[in-house]
Amino acid sequence: MDSLVSRYSRPAYEENEVAFRDEEQQDLELMGAAPPLSLKFAMPPIAQPSSWLRAATDDRSNPDCPIKIAHGTTTLAFRFQGGIIVATDSRATAGNWIASQTVKKVIEINSVLLGTMAGGAADCQYWLAWLGMQCRLHELRHKRRISVAAASKILANLVYNYKGMGLSMGTMCAGVTKEEGPALYYVDSDGTRLAGNLFCVGSGQTFAYGVLDAEYRYDLSDEEAVELGRRSILAATHRDAYSGGFINLYHVKEAGWVKLGFEDTNPIFWKTKLEKGEFTNVTADLN
Amino acid sequence: MTANNTRTASVHDYKEVLLGITGKDFTLIAASKAAMRGATVLKATDDKTRQLNKHTLMAFSGEAGDTVQFAEYIQANSQLYTMRNETDLLPSAVAHFVRGELASSLRSRKPYNVNLLLGGLDPITHKPALYWIDYLAALAPVPYAAHGYAQYYCLSILDKHHHPDITLVQGIKILNMCTDELKRRMPIDFKGMTVKAVTKDGVIDIEFDDDKIVKSA
Repeated sequence: MDSLVSRYSRPAYEENEVAFRDEEQQDLELMGAAPPLSLKFAMPPIAQPSSWLRAATDDRSNPDCPIKIAHGTTTLAFRFQGGIIVATDSRATAGNWIASQTVKKVIEINSVLLGTMAGGAADCQYWLAWLGMQCRLHELRHKRRISVAAASKILANLVYNYKGMGLSMGTMCAGVTKEEGPALYYVDSDGTRLAGNLFCVGSGQTFAYGVLDAEYRYDLSDEEAVELGRRSILAATHRDAYSGGFINLYHVKEAGWVKLGFEDTNPIFWKTKLEKGEFTNVTADLN
Repeated sequence: MTANNTRTASVHDYKEVLLGITGKDFTLIAASKAAMRGATVLKATDDKTRQLNKHTLMAFSGEAGDTVQFAEYIQANSQLYTMRNETDLLPSAVAHFVRGELASSLRSRKPYNVNLLLGGLDPITHKPALYWIDYLAALAPVPYAAHGYAQYYCLSILDKHHHPDITLVQGIKILNMCTDELKRRMPIDFKGMTVKAVTKDGVIDIEFDDDKIVKSA
């Protein structure tokens, strides 16, 4: 009997290789918001996949770790009188290596919903794309757009399911709906989900907060708000080694989001320095 | 008495706030008032600055004990120089002296673990000076500076709002922007700031409102 059982039972990580699945199971998967997690992904064939992953990827405790996860970012979003401003940098780093300067860290989930990415590049890209799919499925099932609250909660519940397994993401969901108006949510891989007026996420967050907090008001004009968002990202790209590249700017208005630009930081920095006399610590003299 | 008297590797207290701002004819130095040991605030009116001579002021943070010992050693030697020569060392000279002392201490058996901001004013030209010095004896002349976590929150503000020709009133206004941000975003209470300015008349105490409550957005 034991030999019979062992012949037909296999570890959970091999379970998804079973070719046949009855229709009821497939239906259940399509209907449920959260996928059946333990069966969906192949796990490494070892006793403690999560601690193994941590040992292989945690740069802080082990600088020689074999896998360098792409980290380091500055993203911000804030609510104001005219909607929501969403701004990000575009640098991807893996350890000390700049992997890319042209990353799109804002995902356009649909015409009224945006997501921002900070943390593990792959985690963010995959799960926000997945969130986009869930939002579309919600639309098809219920014949109406998903709310920002619901969308962010789908993501929050998903990452909570994976808590302690090495996911690394800090995201913001920004959007407008009829019921909510402009809404902004922060979701991270700890499972934290917060509604708020103003968030900065990533290794450059403190630098962005510094500039943003000092001049943020809810009644900012559209032009002031866009400039403040741009200047806050610039501040972070200047001081944080893991942020840089281009400034990606979006404005979420009542009718939906508008992309305002993807602008190189370098000319903006020199323009700001020379025309406004800021960044006075940057000098050309050799004393 | 313990048999093994090895010192544990020092953990810097990044929660201590040091800020420095130069302007047209002054240097502002600000230091947090909290004296912290572990999870306790031992004193809420601590002064982490020492006046070295008429026109130089030094603020310090770092390992308990080392800070005041080092600062007062520098203070005593600066004053000795003044008495022997009947003239003050210029701020730049003091800064390089301090850096030298810290550098030789660094290679000793028991180095001082101290971060410093040294602010001053040239008594003849009235040009301000500010030096950022860390515990590894790196020295940098800068228009504005910070140590600890304050660097992360305040340097971006100073990058944007500082100009070399600001007045003392404008300088204090910018300092207020910095401390407001620290109160807003830092998870601990640093108990306000002692603020002093080096001007042509020497070092003066600045009244600073510590009780203002800052609301987050």
